[in-house]
Amino acid sequence: MNDHLKYLMCGLIISVFGFFTSGIAQAYPRNEEIARGRYVMLAGDCLACHTNDGGKEFSGNRPIETPFGTIYSSNITPDIETGIGAWSEEQFYRSMHDGKRPDHQYLYPAMPYTYYRQLSRSDVNALFAYLKTVEPVHNEVKSPQLIWPLGWRRLMTLWTKMFLNKGEYQYDAQHSASWNRGAYLVKGAGHCGACHTEKNFLGADKRTQRLQGGEFQNWFAPMLIENSRNGLGGWTQDEIVEFLSTGRNSKTAAYGPMAEVITDSTSQLSVDDLNAIAEYLKTLPMTNDNDRKFVSNNAALQTGQEIFSAQCAGCHQENGEGVSHAFALLQDNANVQQSKPDTLIQAVLVGVRAVPTAAQPVGFAMPAFDWKLNDAQIAAVLTYVRNSWGNAAPPVTASQVRSTRSALVYARQSYNH
Amino acid sequence: MSTVTKLPSVDVLLVGFGWTAAMLGQELTETGLKVLALERGAWRDTSTDFAVTFAQDELRYYWRGALYEQPSQSTLTFRNNPNQTALPMRHLGSFLPATGVGGAGIHWNGQCWRFLPSDFVARSHNEQRYGRLAAEYSVQDWDISYEELEPYYDKFEYLCGISGQAGNLQGRIQKGGNPFEGTRQREYPNPPLDMTYGPELFRGAAERLGLHPFACPAANMSRAYVNPLGVELAPCTYCGFCEKYGCGNYSKSSPQTTILPVLMRKSNFELRTHANVMKVLKDSTGKRATGVLYVDAQGREWEQPADLVILCAYAQHNVHLLLLSDIGKPYDPVSGKGVIGKNYAYQIVSSVDVFFKDKILNPFVGAGALGVAIDDFNGDNFDHKGLNFIGGGYIALWNTNGRPIETHLVPEGTPKWGAKWKRAVIDNYLSSCSISTHGGVLAHRENYLDLDPTYTDVYGRPMLRMTFDFHDNERRLSNYLTDRAAEIGRAMQPREIKINGRDGAYSIIPYQTTHNTGGAIMGNHPENSAVNRYLQSWDVSNLFVMGACAFPQNAGYNPTGTVAALTYHAADVIKNRYLKRPGPLA
Repeated sequence: MNDHLKYLMCGLIISVFGFFTSGIAQAYPRNEEIARGRYVMLAGDCLACHTNDGGKEFSGNRPIETPFGTIYSSNITPDIETGIGAWSEEQFYRSMHDGKRPDHQYLYPAMPYTYYRQLSRSDVNALFAYLKTVEPVHNEVKSPQLIWPLGWRRLMTLWTKMFLNKGEYQYDAQHSASWNRGAYLVKGAGHCGACHTEKNFLGADKRTQRLQGGEFQNWFAPMLIENSRNGLGGWTQDEIVEFLSTGRNSKTAAYGPMAEVITDSTSQLSVDDLNAIAEYLKTLPMTNDNDRKFVSNNAALQTGQEIFSAQCAGCHQENGEGVSHAFALLQDNANVQQSKPDTLIQAVLVGVRAVPTAAQPVGFAMPAFDWKLNDAQIAAVLTYVRNSWGNAAPPVTASQVRSTRSALVYARQSYNH
Repeated sequence: MSTVTKLPSVDVLLVGFGWTAAMLGQELTETGLKVLALERGAWRDTSTDFAVTFAQDELRYYWRGALYEQPSQSTLTFRNNPNQTALPMRHLGSFLPATGVGGAGIHWNGQCWRFLPSDFVARSHNEQRYGRLAAEYSVQDWDISYEELEPYYDKFEYLCGISGQAGNLQGRIQKGGNPFEGTRQREYPNPPLDMTYGPELFRGAAERLGLHPFACPAANMSRAYVNPLGVELAPCTYCGFCEKYGCGNYSKSSPQTTILPVLMRKSNFELRTHANVMKVLKDSTGKRATGVLYVDAQGREWEQPADLVILCAYAQHNVHLLLLSDIGKPYDPVSGKGVIGKNYAYQIVSSVDVFFKDKILNPFVGAGALGVAIDDFNGDNFDHKGLNFIGGGYIALWNTNGRPIETHLVPEGTPKWGAKWKRAVIDNYLSSCSISTHGGVLAHRENYLDLDPTYTDVYGRPMLRMTFDFHDNERRLSNYLTDRAAEIGRAMQPREIKINGRDGAYSIIPYQTTHNTGGAIMGNHPENSAVNRYLQSWDVSNLFVMGACAFPQNAGYNPTGTVAALTYHAADVIKNRYLKRPGPLA
């Protein structure tokens, strides 16, 4: 067959196939449910945790590091023996809603059912219908390695009694339908609070500090409430949508754990849903943020400024204005003014890479400075960045840098083994 | 004896993965075809291979050549003329080909020119104006015109975000631009770079002499730029580490900063690194390429079949592969017959160093293509009557760098080392600059490439043999340009100048330019050229050959812009004509 004919045939086959599949979806409501379930999966970012590096999709065994030890994500493919192939729809709903497995044991809340329980029954059923269609993979999941006595799963019964509240999302008639959709996505499938809300000593959300930022694996997930200095107050709704959809906006880029969220989840959601999320986030009330004088010692900032000029200004510019969509704006950037500097320290130590997306294909990357700057130098430059050009945030100490440095060295070693 | 494993076939196979392969990969994947690139070197990217934290390392990149091909792995033999015995080049010197993803597109300066309209008709134009050329010059017309290439020059300039100023916009001469350039349809995508003091002094002197100085076209970003593929480049920081270095700031156009972020995401594109192509395979008729044979990093041999094979390696490597694959008739300098290896050419350069008494030039504030040039003495922009040569070159004051190991101009009479040399470096570092001349080289009967009869490479293949020297036309041309440069230098009112003219035989030892051209030239007939105007092999119609090896002779400009324009022109024809009806296009 000559090349030309080959392409013509391919085109023909694709268009005929396309015609049939769209026809099938309309004729069979079940297919619509599966498509909706896939969308719930995207909103819930199930793929990220339930797929191990190099493993098959949804087959689990990805190690999830928690302050209490390592948990391995479960196999949610329809494999009968090792996955959810033998589960009923009701059993699946109970696990998503109550954190209760078919064997009546409770799941560890590393699986964010504390958020997923807000999902409607029909969305959970749709998700189940979708997961039934993925390739079944036989993959036995490893047992969690937790500190004593948490390996005793029954303790989770007590935990759920203490911390599991409310059921499915309740529509708030005071707000618009899109606001409600946004709230449903943020609180439910999106499980934004899993990272962006600080946890108590038992790993449950601090209820009074919802979405005010939280520590996560040596990162600090920033504040998402309306504060102008360190929250989303300085972002327009469009900037939030652009960020979630492309991983980039004129102020910053997504990197670290958020990169995965952008790739696997938010960049694949509809613009309407992203607008709904932004609309909801823009209504989260701000907290008291009057104390803005953190560093008054100009001499302390002098060292930081010198390091900044030599090492950082080439990309971020002397005045911290960065380069739109390429190098982060530091001036008046909420991300650099978070209460905890974990993300900044990690960025300087090991570097960060902006997530490439179809809309923003360049993975602009900041290189590692761990070999080039010592703890005191990194502390000085970050203190300068957090307290210049109108920024205000608590200073960074050398011991904070030291502890992140050793945590990262430890993490790297454990990955290597 | 190792066995060869045959792999599943692909639609398009690109040999090498620098500029031309990246452009073709991007263009041809748009048709839905499966495109595979085989690159002999490693994967390279900005943040991992030349991050800002270590990119400015002269030992690593300049002296130890971290981005270049290593002569222990790949080299050629050299001689000045057919009466000598060629010897292997054991150190890189005169030119610096790369290895690895991005090719020399990583470590170029970013000097991005268009050739003059008359350059493409070098024989007919000059013979019409000045009479018959001496028989020893095998100069040929290109069989493609500037006007035909204009849209493709434009496409590359917009891909790269070239900083510059038009001199001839749709036939209207623009003040401050190059008035001699061919007509361009639109302005450069970015304004010129901010000029430093040295080039400004050159501009002033040139103007006083009645010449036409202009800001050089630069692939260094004068501002942040998003190219038509949606790839963003950042503004240049003028750090002065361009040529011989990768740019850590995403500010110099390269395959990595303009195409790869988009191309590497495509599911119908595949790149295999450490895949060194040994030869192009042909079917029993010898008229059709069936794929290539390549060796991986473990020394295993693979046969990669493909419907369409495109050679995208460096100029002389493409020629080497053609000779090793027995495609096309090798050139014979005695009879002048044969085409593969014919018309190898280069660049002839000289310089005039300028030393000031009371001016601080801060040469370390530089960029690869930051400079002011004049084109008054390039190509046929001036009357050559009585000069006894044709062609020419540009004269420019580039402020590419003030790198401490590499760049320290010292006046005439300074010792080469010792306390006096050190004193002279200290005294002159901040207050000196250099005017360079960049002359074209005519094709000459005895300048050519063939297989060496004695030496073999690490794979046991005969090495490529380069036979090259400058001839009378180049020497006269270079002397003329050097004199003009000295006049401008003196008009800059310096304390003194130092003239570094070009004399003696061509040497492969000192660095001159990585502008090796010819060997698989384009033309209008299989008797006089290796490829047709679409860079398609006359002998094997499903084989195309990219690169400066297609230049019938070399003009007085850096070659990248023209290499890119020819590539985009070929890509267009492959997409719109060849794929619809594979076979000879001309």
